[in-house]
Amino acid sequence: MNSPVPVHTTPSNKMILTMGLVASICGVLIVGAYESTQEAIAHNKRIMVERAVFKVLPGAAKVSEYVATAGGIQPLTGNVPEGGVKFYAAYDAAGALKGIAAEAAGKGYADIVRVLYGYDAKCQCIIGIGVVSMRETPGIGDKIITDKDFLKNFEALDVRINAEMSALTNAVKVVKHGSKQNAWEIDAIAGATITSKAVGRGINESAQKLLPLLVPHVKELLP
Amino acid sequence: MSLKKETDDGITFDTFMEGIWRQNPVFVMVLGMCPTLAVTVSAVNALSMGIATLFVLVSSCLLVSLIRNLVPKEVRIATYIVIIATFVTLVDYIIQAVSLSLYEALGAFIQLIVVNCIVLGRAEAHASRNPPLKAVLNALGMGIGFTIGLLALGATREILGAGKLFGFSLFGDHFQPWVVMVLPPGGFFVLGAWLLLFSFMRSRSEKGAQHG
Repeated sequence: MNSPVPVHTTPSNKMILTMGLVASICGVLIVGAYESTQEAIAHNKRIMVERAVFKVLPGAAKVSEYVATAGGIQPLTGNVPEGGVKFYAAYDAAGALKGIAAEAAGKGYADIVRVLYGYDAKCQCIIGIGVVSMRETPGIGDKIITDKDFLKNFEALDVRINAEMSALTNAVKVVKHGSKQNAWEIDAIAGATITSKAVGRGINESAQKLLPLLVPHVKELLP
Repeated sequence: MSLKKETDDGITFDTFMEGIWRQNPVFVMVLGMCPTLAVTVSAVNALSMGIATLFVLVSSCLLVSLIRNLVPKEVRIATYIVIIATFVTLVDYIIQAVSLSLYEALGAFIQLIVVNCIVLGRAEAHASRNPPLKAVLNALGMGIGFTIGLLALGATREILGAGKLFGFSLFGDHFQPWVVMVLPPGGFFVLGAWLLLFSFMRSRSEKGAQHG
């Protein structure tokens, strides 16, 4: 069997040389772009976190990142260790602890709904939420940002932890619209139950994990 | 070898205008539909996506054109993809530095500019056979054409689906938004309507040319 004779082929070393040359030029460009934008990106991320925390904890002026692990709480440096929960401690202008903010995530209708909630250590309750990201249906699921009755659930949502400090006394629960009776229940938005439940489940999951680690050490956050 | 032949008909006005009108990537060639349908929920998103693509298109075409005589034809596609991916990475960093909320709104579609067929198509069909200035002008036209296409969709969908344009409310509080227009099906409806309009105009101008 005769294999067709190639009319013209480029020697391999020329191909390798060309691709190597192009790859090096591209590498230099990418490194340059990374170096010159890194600072602005870090700044943007910080502003974004601060803005979100200030929204759920009105009156706060300064935010520090912490991580809670089984061994206690410490300021966050680098990545969150395994089993640790990241949270933000917010202080007002005078330096007093204003509250704690942490992120919660639950599976919504379209995608994961991520919210930030503000926790007040004095009343052991959640005092506000803000949406970090979601792709819920406009006009239906996105009411969790605007619906005043829904947001009222998070003015004093009970998340006390039990005497053994192992879990919440009462799990946060989403109930059908109009049937909220207890301070740990969330009244769902009529027509947007799935999204409401995503928020409730996310908060419950996050609080069950964070608060037992955090509450025994919360005094360490006081200045 | 006709593949690498230089088309030396010089730079004409059409080099630039081709992408904007006669071969508009969205309305005539119907290329790059993935970002076209997905990110055009608002005029701002559409405009940013268009500008990001424009930047990638122009800079990669410039580089491809500069090295067009050095690249062996066997590895040309691989080389073009590396170049395009580089500029997409640059855009990715720049958008993060400019606005994180915009970055989240555009999501994965920034990275997906790498596989946007308009960009690779221009690099292969035009930039690799033409001198830098001509390649850049042509890419600029294509990029502007793509941006106009996206903006046309984005503005229509934002006006109908949210009653706003560039975030400014147009109709006051009594407007009941036509929500489906900012949902994925709305993208197809609006794109269909624009394509209909364009082919209607084209067939009319062809008829006009026949009747003289």
